[in-house]
Amino acid sequence: MSVVTNTTTITSVGAPSRRNTELALLLFAVLIPVFAYANVGLATTDELPSGMLGYGLGLAALAGVAHLTVRKFAPYADPLLLPLVTLLNGMGLVFIWRLDQSPRLHQRAEALFGSFSPDTPKQLLYSAVGVALFVAVLVFLKDHRILQRYTYISMVVALILLILPMFFPAVNGAKIWISIPGVGTIQPGEFAKIIIAVFFSGYLMVKRDALALASRRFMGLYLPRGRDLGPILVIWGLSILILVFETDLGTSLLFFGLFVVMLYVATERTSWIVFGLLMSAVGAVGVATFEPHVQERVDAWLDPFAAFKDGTSDQVAQALMSFGSGGILGTGLGQGNSDLIGFAANSDFILATVGEELGLAGLMAFLLVYGLIVERGVRTALAARDPFGKLLAIGLSGAFALQVFVVAGGVMGLIPLTGMTMPFVAAGGSSVIANWALVGILLRISDTARRPAPAPTSPDAEPTQVVRVQ
Amino acid sequence: MNKPLRRVAIFCGLLVLAMLIRANYLQFVQADELKTNTHNRRVAINQYATPRGDILVDGKAITGHTETNGSDFKYKATFKDGPLWAPVTGYASQAFGSTQLESIYDSILTGDDDRLFFKRTVDILSGKEKQGGDVVTTLNGAAQRAAFEGLGNKKGAVAAIDPRTGAILALASTPSYDPSSFAGNSVKDSKAWNALQKENDPDEPMLNRALRQTYPPGSTFKVVTAAAALQDGLYDDIDEPTDSEVPYILPDTNQELENEGGIACKNVSLREALRVSCNSVFGKLGATLGRDKMVEEAEKFGFNKEQFIPVRVAASNFSTKMDKPQTALSAIGQFETAATPLQMAMVASAIANDGKLMQPYMVDKLQAPNNTVVEHTKVSELSQPLSADNAQKLQAMMETVVTEGTGKNAQIPGVTVGGKTGTAQHGVDNSEKPYAWFISYAKTDKGSPVAVAVVVEDASANRGDISGGGFAAPIAKSVMEAVLNK
Repeated sequence: MSVVTNTTTITSVGAPSRRNTELALLLFAVLIPVFAYANVGLATTDELPSGMLGYGLGLAALAGVAHLTVRKFAPYADPLLLPLVTLLNGMGLVFIWRLDQSPRLHQRAEALFGSFSPDTPKQLLYSAVGVALFVAVLVFLKDHRILQRYTYISMVVALILLILPMFFPAVNGAKIWISIPGVGTIQPGEFAKIIIAVFFSGYLMVKRDALALASRRFMGLYLPRGRDLGPILVIWGLSILILVFETDLGTSLLFFGLFVVMLYVATERTSWIVFGLLMSAVGAVGVATFEPHVQERVDAWLDPFAAFKDGTSDQVAQALMSFGSGGILGTGLGQGNSDLIGFAANSDFILATVGEELGLAGLMAFLLVYGLIVERGVRTALAARDPFGKLLAIGLSGAFALQVFVVAGGVMGLIPLTGMTMPFVAAGGSSVIANWALVGILLRISDTARRPAPAPTSPDAEPTQVVRVQ
Repeated sequence: MNKPLRRVAIFCGLLVLAMLIRANYLQFVQADELKTNTHNRRVAINQYATPRGDILVDGKAITGHTETNGSDFKYKATFKDGPLWAPVTGYASQAFGSTQLESIYDSILTGDDDRLFFKRTVDILSGKEKQGGDVVTTLNGAAQRAAFEGLGNKKGAVAAIDPRTGAILALASTPSYDPSSFAGNSVKDSKAWNALQKENDPDEPMLNRALRQTYPPGSTFKVVTAAAALQDGLYDDIDEPTDSEVPYILPDTNQELENEGGIACKNVSLREALRVSCNSVFGKLGATLGRDKMVEEAEKFGFNKEQFIPVRVAASNFSTKMDKPQTALSAIGQFETAATPLQMAMVASAIANDGKLMQPYMVDKLQAPNNTVVEHTKVSELSQPLSADNAQKLQAMMETVVTEGTGKNAQIPGVTVGGKTGTAQHGVDNSEKPYAWFISYAKTDKGSPVAVAVVVEDASANRGDISGGGFAAPIAKSVMEAVLNK
């Protein structure tokens, strides 16, 4: 897409990789959570937490390894993504640790399960695994276009991942988990999100012309041909199936939204969006009418405080009061009562703790960090030179944006609550591991996009120059 | 492909914007509403997060606090002599909320009041724990104790006021309860609470009879009728004979309004009528004055209106929609007439204070933790139900009741006491045990320092007995003595 000229050859030799910027930002991304960690300790027990050194070093080591890998294997990658993600991961650990200190959650766990097990060590381990996967992606995925070869395999894998939870018992009303003895529970939807983006990118890259050009004009809209409607109907059906059988509103919304966004980008046809919105509206209303679980969520969204009268889950109401009680500047870390939410306070509802303890200011900062990650993702898509890379980058960042919106919107009472986790911040292995991989792939695309073009092999160019560039 | 990419970018930006707007809505626009929502446990947590301030009587705290373990409520309120002071303090329970002074002055007691802002800020800066302010009441410990002990095992209530200022001196209600017993949040507290509820204890120990229960005032209401008659000029001289026939037939009916015990009431003077408590005389006075004049006078004394002292006092009732015979019955404290003990104490206090009814109040001042005054209650006049001249005439009548009438039990040697007894029948066909009433005031050369109203619910008396004088007057006497001997 970019035009290679002689002038770019000259400037690209010295194109900044921005790796030092990334390092400087990473320093902050590690220091801020360390200070926050100390803050929680001082607020709850009046002393610096004993694990502070270990925690700080751990986070610094993860960030260091990730940075060195990027420096070596993706030197031209976007410099903002890694620090932003490290900050979120680090702050997530702080919030999870803060909720681990809550006597209320201790009592709750002891009453329900007989004992309390802290989530922070597990989350630190998951973060390490996540970073390992991130490193693996950068080391082994030399070029994102390799993924294009696995288009249909991705489809099969994604379908299996999405369908698997149907065969496992529901956890808290939603079948989004599979449990493997010895490993624990996995939320395959988180991984499916990436794999499905790969499939869509590969599929749409091949079919985009057919989908875009062969259409009939009707009432000002370009209507797709019947046979081209096939795939969209299949995806729609599948997302409805997930909704009905797994009662997982979040995943089906994400899944369908992702497809519509990518279809629109691939075909540049607004009509696809109209179709997409219509079909999701039909599906959502249809399922909400019949499925009690989804209906409950909608009712809880419309009147969160009814829970206190009819005895249903008061989580949303508690989360809203948590946000409200935080006010503009918040109570300060460790001094809020967001643990009143009880179940899932440190996973799906962790944003309420952010809102209560860091206030509106802190919450907006968090939302802007998420927004910034999405922005860097979209920028990567714009900069990518190949259609597959563009589609994959917009797919991944679109999925990320939708997930953030679906979770944060649900917790804040903007839309009905769906069972999804806040990327990087919420406690949960699958989410943090999958999202590190997602960022790894984005960095790979971004590295390819920003990498200076190889010098044209003109006869009079010095051979050494080519070497220097590569 | 870049055009749709940019549009997707804008869409993502809108998603973020929607979340930002929602965050602002929740944490700024709706923040206060959510913060103080009735379901928000943080309100209670904060209420008990710091040592609560105290409620003071005679300069001494009647409340306190202890630290609790294993709960998100750090401190628990305690009450000294709980049953004695419960009608004054109300309760402050971690599990069941708070009432009365504990509820009204919650922000002062927790230290969150805006007027304590400066002090609180200084505390935060100097690293001190937040402290609650104190509520200084006008109550008189000795009078309260006399009232409570006087009621003893009987069901009833006492209200005493300083007629000169309206300051409340005693508010007793029996049977009472100990607010300490359910101040916490444990199973034991719940049990104590449940045992006190109406459905488990028909005696309703948590009912504040002095302020929230209205009783038919019976003959004590005759002083209001007398005041109306004097104000209207129906009779100027309390010793001139009235135009009252016996038997007195209720107007527009053929039913006789009987006098108790066959006392002589024909054409007796107002003084004599009050002394022996003639139904026929006061019934006729009421009927002659008419509904509107009677309502006007009763309302000047505070009837038909809730009072806030600042605890809410139930409105006493004097019907505004009655016919002639009903007006006659109301004039002797029957029909739908019903008054709280505090209301009747207000009636006595207005007469004792030469006709001026002072606004009753029970909180003298609010103090910051460092004892600086945050708010001082100003003494104010509520109304003037009767002229000073007429008030003195009525005083003379009430004093006769005590020296040689039905209220002899309230005599205090060396002190002028005025009073009026009452025995109010109630229930279907007056089948239930009557309420014994006594209202009185004591007078010294510096005006009247105390007016008191006593009601005893289950006075086991014969109709014929003057049970108001027998059961209620001695309690009123000891309360007045307690105030005078201060």
